Amino acid sequence: MSTDGRNARLGQDFEDGQDKWQRAYEKHLPGEAKRRNRSGIEVKPIYTPEDWNPENYMPDLGFPGDTPFTRGIYPTMHRGRSWTQRQLIGLATPEDYNARMRRIVDTGATALSVIPCNSVYRGYDIDEVDVEILGTCGTTINTVEDMDVCLRDVPIGDMSIALNDPSPFTLLAFMLCVAKRRGISWDRVSGTSNQSDYISHFVANHMFFRLALDGARRVFVDHVDFANKFLPSWNPVSVVGQHMQQSGATPAEAMAFTLASAVQYAEDCQSRGLDVDAFLPRFTFFFDISISFFEEIAKFRAGRRIWARLAKERLGAKDPRAWRFKFHAQTSGVDLTRQQPLNNIARVATQAIAGILGGLQSMHTDAYDEVLSTPTEAAAKIAIQTQNILREEAGLTDVIDPLGGSYYVEALTDQMEEQIMAVFDEIDAAGGMFEAVKNGLVQDKIGESSLEFQRKVETGEQTIVGVNKYQDDEAINSPPLERPSLETMEAQIATLKKFKQDRSNADVQRALSALSRACGDETDNIFGRLVEAADAGATHGEICACLREELGFGQPLIAA
Amino acid sequence: MTTLSEPKTVSEVPEIVKSMARPPRVMVTKIGLDGHDRGSRLVASFLRDAGMEVIYTGPWQQVATVVNQAAQEDVDCIGVSSLATDHLLVPKLKKAMDEAGLSDVVVIVGGIVPEEDEKMLHEHGVAKVFHPGCSRDEIVSDIAHLIAARRKVLGDDV
Repeated sequence: MSTDGRNARLGQDFEDGQDKWQRAYEKHLPGEAKRRNRSGIEVKPIYTPEDWNPENYMPDLGFPGDTPFTRGIYPTMHRGRSWTQRQLIGLATPEDYNARMRRIVDTGATALSVIPCNSVYRGYDIDEVDVEILGTCGTTINTVEDMDVCLRDVPIGDMSIALNDPSPFTLLAFMLCVAKRRGISWDRVSGTSNQSDYISHFVANHMFFRLALDGARRVFVDHVDFANKFLPSWNPVSVVGQHMQQSGATPAEAMAFTLASAVQYAEDCQSRGLDVDAFLPRFTFFFDISISFFEEIAKFRAGRRIWARLAKERLGAKDPRAWRFKFHAQTSGVDLTRQQPLNNIARVATQAIAGILGGLQSMHTDAYDEVLSTPTEAAAKIAIQTQNILREEAGLTDVIDPLGGSYYVEALTDQMEEQIMAVFDEIDAAGGMFEAVKNGLVQDKIGESSLEFQRKVETGEQTIVGVNKYQDDEAINSPPLERPSLETMEAQIATLKKFKQDRSNADVQRALSALSRACGDETDNIFGRLVEAADAGATHGEICACLREELGFGQPLIAA
Repeated sequence: MTTLSEPKTVSEVPEIVKSMARPPRVMVTKIGLDGHDRGSRLVASFLRDAGMEVIYTGPWQQVATVVNQAAQEDVDCIGVSSLATDHLLVPKLKKAMDEAGLSDVVVIVGGIVPEEDEKMLHEHGVAKVFHPGCSRDEIVSDIAHLIAARRKVLGDDV
């Protein structure tokens, strides 16, 4: 860290050189305004050994794969294994999803993800909502049969599958039933419950089925417990900073909120008697990568260092795997512009480089046209190829943490760490993330940061090319819409209705009653009962309705 | 539902708003299934800071509820925010407004709206579609002018 006084270790030459540079700089740029990054940290024109002392190499950085993990969580990082190219896909019917997903796999995606229709996020079946919006942003999956179609010819058990599965994890339940029917052992089912972070839904994107916070807390811990017992290759927890940063939090705030949520979830599991060394190694994280290049890299490096400390010292994890800050990241959609939309390809590439240099384990690059409509297949392909170019043409994976030792990046990593911890401590003082969200503290902070960013865009302090600078009047051509027809969705609704007629309603009722009882019985596992209900033919909407009934209805605090 | 009228930040109230006999009343809402509300929260605060009275509903509203509230709150304008195709429900909203005698209430839409959809929305009587990157001034000024025009037609004190 820098000190105000001159550092004797750097000698007279350094002082003379620095004074000379300072005079020359100020002559050319007298009275220059201060620059700040998105987290509000002042960014100086130059960084030197005054700002970071290489003698601190071991305590600050160490080697990849070992504490404090600043340089990466694995000894070989991207040289040993590339990040996972995990593109989010989801649209229309399970049939459509299956066809598109297989084409994406052919272009090099090494893992799958499933995005459900917004009706699924909201806890409804497709016959309960307006048909016009069905399947326009994700796939309509309401039953085990739907999931079976989505994953037709997909070797479950050999591929990592991330489910954008808002609590109560019915998509996972459906997939487990499909695995069982195909004779695939649950030991081999691997992937992540991507949307297990109910706090982030409550606070930021409101993509949840309105279960009250206390109920969501119970379902969360039961799901972790179930995964501990029966799903050794599954990551039940993904703590999501992305929602909060997209909603307006600064990079430092988003990291702080995410770490505070992770500690909350871990402590909730511990108070239920779960062994920290059994569940914590399966915690993963999910972040936004904005275009604030160095700030994002420093955010990730600082996050790794803080998590290692929290996991070890605060949560008492002894298994080093629990100290590793494994994360997926997605390039920021908020940074993309509708004006001159092809510019977004450059933005996504820049964000992706920051993510790669920041040491991510898995990445989604946004399609340039997502600001015009739900992404088209052609644009999604460019997004995937961007990753391939960065990895195999640009040589970004040759050296581990190539910015390590940069005076700027190290000083910024330290400053980001300080700022992240200041917000983290504030949340802690408010009683932890659960309480801080209940009383609106986090929502207020996000609201204020979002307004502040908007102010900077309006005053021109923050340039957005094509929006507040270098504008032109080029016509904006939306790509042709790739949207299911009303007839397709009506046919899908008919399929669901037929499914409901053909199943054994007695079995479904029995299974839903068991699910209801589990809600009132702390010794039972809600998720285990939910898997049974799915197997018996209960639909997503029926399961969600049952849980809302038993565990209470939740209304998010809206801070405007 | 929240009513916002006290500005949080000091900003210029435009002349057209100052000249009105009573402040414009705008409902900012999200109908349908999506919960992403950063845009609607921002726009609500723009309008409030420009001297308008804002009725902010939060996400996931039902068409029928929005129409009832709009009638009770006597709004001049309903602003629908859409990130994930929820604007496809606006024709239903307009129909329900017509049935409730609210045909003269201005409807605007903001968010991710593809060109083809924008045409469709105009055909259904949406006065204006605001896209990403649109400035605060444009949003405030356009809404204020639309409301002034509406009041004039109604023979209301502008």
